[in-house]
Amino acid sequence: MADDKGKAVSWLPTAKVTVASILLALVVGALLIVVSDRKVVEAAGYFFDYPWDFFVFAGEAIWDSYRALAVGAAGSWNAVTQTLERAAPLICAGLGVSLAFRAGMFNIGAQGQLIVGAICAGYIGFTYDLPIVVHLLVAATAGIAGAAVWGGIAGLLKAQTGAHEVITTIMLNYVAVSLLLYLLTKDAFQREGSNNPRSEAAADTALFPEIFGFHAGVLVAFAVAFAVWWLLERSTLGFEMRAVGANADAARTAGMSVPKVYTLTMLVAGALAGLAAVQQILGHQDSLTANVAGAIGFDAITVALLGRATPLGTVLAGLLFGALASGGIQMQAGVGTPVSLTQVLQALIVLFVAAPALVRAVLRMRDTGGGATVMAKGWGS
Amino acid sequence: MKKTARVAALVSIAALTLAGCGDRGETGATGNNTESASSTPSPTQSNPDFKACMVSDSGGFDDKSFNQTSHDGLEQAAQEFGIETAEIESQSDSEYADNINALVQQDCNIITTVGFLLGEATEAAAKKNPDVDFSIVDFAYEKAPENLKGLTFNTAEPSFLAGYLAAGMSESGVVGTFGGLPIPTVTIFMTGFAQGVDQYNTDNDADVQVIGWNPKTEEGSFTEDFEDKTKGQTIAENMIQQGADVIFPVAGPAGLGGLQAAQDNDAFGVWVDTDGCVSAAEYCDVLLTSVVKGMDVAVKDSIQASLEDTFSNEVYVGTLENEGVGIAPYHELEQEIPQELKDKVEELKQQIIDGEITVG
Repeated sequence: MADDKGKAVSWLPTAKVTVASILLALVVGALLIVVSDRKVVEAAGYFFDYPWDFFVFAGEAIWDSYRALAVGAAGSWNAVTQTLERAAPLICAGLGVSLAFRAGMFNIGAQGQLIVGAICAGYIGFTYDLPIVVHLLVAATAGIAGAAVWGGIAGLLKAQTGAHEVITTIMLNYVAVSLLLYLLTKDAFQREGSNNPRSEAAADTALFPEIFGFHAGVLVAFAVAFAVWWLLERSTLGFEMRAVGANADAARTAGMSVPKVYTLTMLVAGALAGLAAVQQILGHQDSLTANVAGAIGFDAITVALLGRATPLGTVLAGLLFGALASGGIQMQAGVGTPVSLTQVLQALIVLFVAAPALVRAVLRMRDTGGGATVMAKGWGS
Repeated sequence: MKKTARVAALVSIAALTLAGCGDRGETGATGNNTESASSTPSPTQSNPDFKACMVSDSGGFDDKSFNQTSHDGLEQAAQEFGIETAEIESQSDSEYADNINALVQQDCNIITTVGFLLGEATEAAAKKNPDVDFSIVDFAYEKAPENLKGLTFNTAEPSFLAGYLAAGMSESGVVGTFGGLPIPTVTIFMTGFAQGVDQYNTDNDADVQVIGWNPKTEEGSFTEDFEDKTKGQTIAENMIQQGADVIFPVAGPAGLGGLQAAQDNDAFGVWVDTDGCVSAAEYCDVLLTSVVKGMDVAVKDSIQASLEDTFSNEVYVGTLENEGVGIAPYHELEQEIPQELKDKVEELKQQIIDGEITVG
């Protein structure tokens, strides 16, 4: 009982700060909606004459936008499946970044790992003709393995030479993008009879089956989140990761192989980013294009930060970002509110989460010690 | 309590400030009310039941290039026909199908998509929604559904004229071109340009060289990027060092770096997609002309066709003949370009329209 209570107290303040951050972000977002709405701006012009107009229009603009956002995110089963499909790759890639955080590393390379994963999964997916199930397994494995190698390179470089992972992962991102652009000029990757830099989509045999309106990759994402929790909290390797993350010198003194932990962590982190790519290529059936990874690899970093580098937190943050992406489409289509608003909301939420003292000051919350953000170790650690 | 008071004070200050603005605007507004209604060109028609929609590719509507020009077409149509509009800016390549579907849900009568990347998603949506018209900029299908129109542009034709003009204006005998990516919608400009230079050489027994693109081997200089101005500038600087004195960048915003390099080194430039003297006016003093791709016109026309029930799935090809493509006025360099050369360009334009010269 006492134990349970202790736990409850430890996560509650963090949750409070996070929820407060989201609310604050929505308030700031509401102001932006007001100033970007044409009718409201016009009403402000004759505020003196009809002050009521201004407030009515402003209220309408805010209500319409946020209502469209909510409806687009979860207003129908269709919207829910869209949110889940958007969230799944963010969760997977976010888990990769979270895992690296826990071992004291800042993995900025999710984007590059994703791209390499997409290349591998896509190539198997659209080139070979394999029986159903087998095709999916082979293509998914190729994608995960390719991305794992890409992440592992950064881990190995850190383990063997001490090269900082921030630099190596950023550089590997560039290499991955250039590799993709190069391959997309080759006939093996382009569609037949076309010179456009766009591949075929993966064959139907390589796709995740669809259940309840979304592809089964979404379930894999949740399962993997559980697996990462187990890895971190229950396995020996996870213990070593956390030990290295807390204090690499102490871990070394305790007899752990720090280089091994670095390499393995980045290998697994890469594999998770690869799974995100697999979600897009074999779940959403995206073609390989120059922009196939979108901003998933970078959003993954914010997802991990918002999720405090815990598997559960990452899942929740991924769902929130998926909902914002899905709702943003509806908001723009139905009400005409610029889609950039959702990006501003994302940024504001993370900003407030990163500054818990600010949130507490604004909302007059008592400092109960929660809300500390995770941070990777700085240079030379 | 103190905080509440502060907030109240802030709110009242804000209210007073706004009221202040309002006061000024208001006196104007009452007088303006009728005026403003007439000063904004009032729609010649009113079709509030018709909704035209648009999905950008991941470049966004503010790309100063083909998304933006296509979007201008939507705005012109809204203005002229008095129709409703809706639009979605795509954030990533994996969103296209969802974005188009979201617009279908909004009861759009016609949905225009921008760019070849949306080709597949647009076709799928057109098959699924036979009651909605679709048009797609820069893409054509071999066999399009009844309700899907490809909008393409033979930009090789005006590029040919620009190439001839460039060769005629070059003193060093070297002209340069570079692209964003080696994709058909980009290289078609460069090929037309090179052919125009060839034509000049044949007509005048000259030997003007093109660097940056070889239509036969399909090899050339590319920024591999449509955003980064510095890359365009680096390539153009290199070409100028190799003797080029006319630069033809086909790389969207990245190409602005090419114009910068031309301006810095007393070379000439030729702009693409839109009239550079309007969209990039700071470089107007070095622009010989621009190869204009009338995406706005094509988009507007397809919306009009849908509105008037004359929509067909026949591919639209913008040419010099139907003025879907063209070259912009010479603007500031009007005086410097010899009349003889201008006449020759006009003559060639007519020959292309008459089919005496084939380009591309």
